[in-house]
Amino acid sequence: MPTGGGGDTPADLPAETAATVVGSSPIERTEAGAAAGAEQELMTVNMGPHHPATHGVLRLLVSLQGEVVIDLKPIIGYLHTGIEKSCEDQSYWKVIPFVERMDYLSYFSNMQAYCGAVETLLELELPPRAQYLRVIHLELNRIHSHLVWLGTSALDLGAISMFWYCFRERDKILDLFEMSSGQRMHTRYFQVGGVFEDIPAGFERKVREFCADMVVRLEQYRALLDRNEIFLRRTKGVGIVSRERLLELGVTGPLLRAAGEPWDLRRAQPDLCYADLDFKIPVGTVGDGYDRYRVRLQEMRESVRIIEQCLDGLPEGPFVADDRKVVLPPRDELSISMEALIHHFKLVTEGFRVPPGEAYYPVESPRGELGAFVLADGSAKPARVHIRDPSFVHMQALREMCVGGYIADLISNLAMLDPILGGVDR
Amino acid sequence: MSLPLAEVGFAEATWIMVVKSIVIFLVVFMIVPVLTVVERKLIGRFQNRYGPNRVGPVGLMQPVADILKLAGKQVLHPSASVPLLYAIGPALVIFSGITTIAILPFGNVKDGVGFYGIDVSIGVLYFFAFGSLAFYGLLLSGWASGSKYSFLGAMRSAAQLISYEISMGLALLGAIMMAGSLSLVSIVEAQGTIWYVIPQIVGFLIFMVAGFAETNRAPFDLPEADAELVQGFQTEYGGTRFGSFLLAEYLEMFVVSGIATAFFLGGWMGPGPGWLDPIWMIVKILALIFVFIWVRATLPRLRYDQLMSLGWKMLLPLATLNVLVTAVLVVVT
Amino acid sequence: MPDSPGLELIAGELRDAHPDSVLATYHEHDQACLIVDPEQVLDVLRWLRDTPGQRYDFLSSLHGVDYLPAAPRFGVVYELLNRDRVERLRVRAALPDPAANGDGADALPAIDSCVELFPTAEFHEREVYDFFGIVFRGHPDLRRILLPEVYVGWPHRRDFPIGGEPVIFTHDERIVPGWTE
Repeated sequence: MPTGGGGDTPADLPAETAATVVGSSPIERTEAGAAAGAEQELMTVNMGPHHPATHGVLRLLVSLQGEVVIDLKPIIGYLHTGIEKSCEDQSYWKVIPFVERMDYLSYFSNMQAYCGAVETLLELELPPRAQYLRVIHLELNRIHSHLVWLGTSALDLGAISMFWYCFRERDKILDLFEMSSGQRMHTRYFQVGGVFEDIPAGFERKVREFCADMVVRLEQYRALLDRNEIFLRRTKGVGIVSRERLLELGVTGPLLRAAGEPWDLRRAQPDLCYADLDFKIPVGTVGDGYDRYRVRLQEMRESVRIIEQCLDGLPEGPFVADDRKVVLPPRDELSISMEALIHHFKLVTEGFRVPPGEAYYPVESPRGELGAFVLADGSAKPARVHIRDPSFVHMQALREMCVGGYIADLISNLAMLDPILGGVDR
Repeated sequence: MSLPLAEVGFAEATWIMVVKSIVIFLVVFMIVPVLTVVERKLIGRFQNRYGPNRVGPVGLMQPVADILKLAGKQVLHPSASVPLLYAIGPALVIFSGITTIAILPFGNVKDGVGFYGIDVSIGVLYFFAFGSLAFYGLLLSGWASGSKYSFLGAMRSAAQLISYEISMGLALLGAIMMAGSLSLVSIVEAQGTIWYVIPQIVGFLIFMVAGFAETNRAPFDLPEADAELVQGFQTEYGGTRFGSFLLAEYLEMFVVSGIATAFFLGGWMGPGPGWLDPIWMIVKILALIFVFIWVRATLPRLRYDQLMSLGWKMLLPLATLNVLVTAVLVVVT
Repeated sequence: MPDSPGLELIAGELRDAHPDSVLATYHEHDQACLIVDPEQVLDVLRWLRDTPGQRYDFLSSLHGVDYLPAAPRFGVVYELLNRDRVERLRVRAALPDPAANGDGADALPAIDSCVELFPTAEFHEREVYDFFGIVFRGHPDLRRILLPEVYVGWPHRRDFPIGGEPVIFTHDERIVPGWTE
């Protein structure tokens, strides 16, 4: 017998059903759910960890009544790699590639949060050019992340072609990353004190070309989806959670802005050169799937504006702070300066030491507030690195978005939530 | 035993019947693998990529590779499945696809040979009778797989097929009334002056929409909605059985396009000598199949309840109205 | 961020409202921190959340820290945020290690759960429990969240070694018994 029933639905469902399903170990709960299913025509479906639409290895324990989601419990940890623990065994500059690999779509934000925390501990000032270069890459990264989101979300809704169109533009961004840092993903472009290398000649022109192209492409995406009756029906009025509840659940980023709360750390608590830039914060009205889509689409447009402003105002000067205790000396000095050689040797072998203290540094990642907490004990290795990843927090809101809706809406809500399981599980 | 199953108009020698069945069968079966590669190529072009281009010249041998791969797979039985029904499901689906090809007319009678499998006077009823058998195949295979995703997919497909069959039938009724016959050959011949797509445009559109639902194609591919139900009723299938579902999907697409061509697009009619008739028929069918592929590349998927409300609240009333208006017009003129 | 005198004002008012709740304060790198008594952490958080003029009503993050050589070994760190004034305030509950106080090697430090005050803390507290073995009293569903349920040990403690983990695959089942249950 394939299921515990589930085709026809009883008229009303006792309220305690949901209560019986939560509150024990997941395996016990599966059995409890199955037992409840036999009696009350509930079907417990284990979506994931290998399911085409769970965006990685998320497992959702879903109780269904016919096609309606009665209860849902996310079970995470399948991608846990112990990055935070591994960071404690690396010197500060070697931690950067580790934190990049947490949220693998917004690696620049991860780097910025971590580097920002270390720079706070060192009380290191960034030269203006480094700040602008960081912002350019952060915003390119935001577009990149939103493009992947748009493509996969549309794919989850059945619009298969959007995926390819979005990945076409995403590839151009990866080309840009490759140009500036030599890597397409996980670039390790930021370093404590600035950026790894100055941008190569021609990079600015390429970015400008991309920006001009992106504006047109965004209009094309809008033309494909925004006037599509099926897409509108699938997203409008779906997955609404009130703004107050979202705040209680700690939700930030586009999800919160779609619900009408204009909270953006780039504006509220500007770091780098965001205070000098002119950009708008798109805000939704009701916070359904459609608002989330519109907010993210508009954010891409604003990111393009930010990048263009940064290119216009890109100051000359050093791209990294001039602090020989932290930053590697330039290559050409090594052959003429003994002091530079010693610094180089110290930095590469031991790394730099950070005075004891702790710092929490939040940035606005494409998904929301991404904060790095770094505890320094005075040695060359951090005593604790913790990343507050927005996807991890947002996962708690999934249940409230989905309960009472159809299983198809569960998929669209999950897509609009945009979780990155690498960030959730770390 | 001399009761005729259906009135066939004129008699043909048995060997002619056998030969033409084989010919039609082979032609259609050759078209299906080509269709798969055409679909993948076209979707690739829609999506700004190449599609298959490695096997053979411009990827044309891709279906052969696919078939070999599928045939080489181990046949798996999930431990929770019901073995016999699990095996019968795909067979039923493919049986229903093949039998309906018999009534597609590729031309009228030439030199004492009808260019069709059989011209039954109940024409369109035959199509519905055998077409609906596919639904049992889907339901059985979904239920017998012993998987929850399959079960949900089977439930969806059952509800979907039933809801859309009615609109589909009503959409054809207008054309039947105008032609005054159920036989597909007579209906095509009745379109000598004007193709029914013009007077029966509403019926044509409804038929096509319902046809998308009948064939489980996007945007009505809920039974196999891969984002929600992994692959729906075919989740647990692999190898040749999975291949049968694939084959059946393309066969159904071919049949639905064929019926639409016969009813609305003037069937085999076209300029040129008589021997071009089957070509014209196939060209029109392929044009409709192109629409199927185009839509798949463009549209997102409907939600289950939206699918139901579209079928019952929009298409069915519209089709009924179309029938009423046609009936009045047919009587008046 | 509250500046240094502002932090002292908050600490003073807190001490008035809840005596002995604030153990220490520090203000460095423009970041303010209250170190509080773990037994009164709920009172402190509620006071900070509900008192007019404070209203730190958004919990950005909650994480555990192991200050191993230091005296109260564990810290549960609450990153509070007031979104109107854009002020962040760190509250650290300094938790002693009961194992070091002679309560047996398996004794776990415990603190009150703040899920009722901040629903967002549910996953965070599970994560802290998972990694540090800090028990949150009153948490609705305190289980391991990222590690397997049968995992033994608290890996983010500073005395937990890095490396040496058996990698769990299906074919390891005989070697690592019981993990599938």
